[in-house]
Amino acid sequence: MIGLSHYLIVAAILFTIGVFGIFVNRKNIIVILMSIELILLAVNINLVAFSAYLHDVVGQIFAMFVLTVAAAEAAVGLAILVTFFRNRGDIAVDDASMMKG
Amino acid sequence: MQAIAFYLLAFVTLAAGLLVVSARNPVHSVLFLITAFFSAAGLFVLLGAEFLAMLLIVVYVGAVAVLFLFVVMMLDIDFEALRKGFAQYLPVGGLVAGVLTLEMIFVAATVATNGAAGKNATPMASPEGISNTEAIGRVLYTDYVFFFQMAGLVLLVAMIGAIVLTLRHKPGVRRQDIGKQVARSPKTGMELVQIKPGEGISE
Repeated sequence: MIGLSHYLIVAAILFTIGVFGIFVNRKNIIVILMSIELILLAVNINLVAFSAYLHDVVGQIFAMFVLTVAAAEAAVGLAILVTFFRNRGDIAVDDASMMKG
Repeated sequence: MQAIAFYLLAFVTLAAGLLVVSARNPVHSVLFLITAFFSAAGLFVLLGAEFLAMLLIVVYVGAVAVLFLFVVMMLDIDFEALRKGFAQYLPVGGLVAGVLTLEMIFVAATVATNGAAGKNATPMASPEGISNTEAIGRVLYTDYVFFFQMAGLVLLVAMIGAIVLTLRHKPGVRRQDIGKQVARSPKTGMELVQIKPGEGISE
């Protein structure tokens, strides 16, 4: 029988995969953005699982708002990335210190 | 049957997630991201949240993943150089990830058995008698209508921000300027040139 804990554990592992992805791909900002999407997906799984097992639909509303913010974040993040690439010619973010005084 | 579906979908989600962060080619990463979102949508269906599952596919696979794919393929990036340091950060990243996983699994197990949700054994994403979409609509357009409009505003601001960041006017591209056209008079639009016979004019 699949219970709430199963879904929570899947979400927890997915969340840590996202954190791990940010750690190991420190230079590649595209993969960092994808890792953030994975983290937000894990949060959504948590919200929907709690919503289903608490028999309360409000959790799914929150998941929808998380989805909205994730989409907006991806759009703005990729726009910044494209502008950065135009100015610099590469996307190595670990030496992105152009704004340092 | 449901357990088989759950384990299959969960395994595919986690495997695809791991491949997103470890794939050599970012195009493969995006494709694995699509796989992860698809199987997560399957998990949502198992929980009974059909509307959110469809929304996940439409928004993520249809828009966000395509946006990622577009950017990865459009920018000419040396991805091999960006992978340097992968092995260097692997130990500390794995350590942090392992500690975080264990902590979150302990908390999740405790919450799932002792929390308020622990006494409900079966998932139920919408009240009896109405569909999941209808249940969401009834709550979203009444109690949360203000937040719904705020979400729309967030999307609008993000759209304008993305356009402002990436829009650039190339010099040398001729565009129609209606104000300029209307303001033209015969005096400014016409030039009388005295041409000597046999010479022509040069610009």
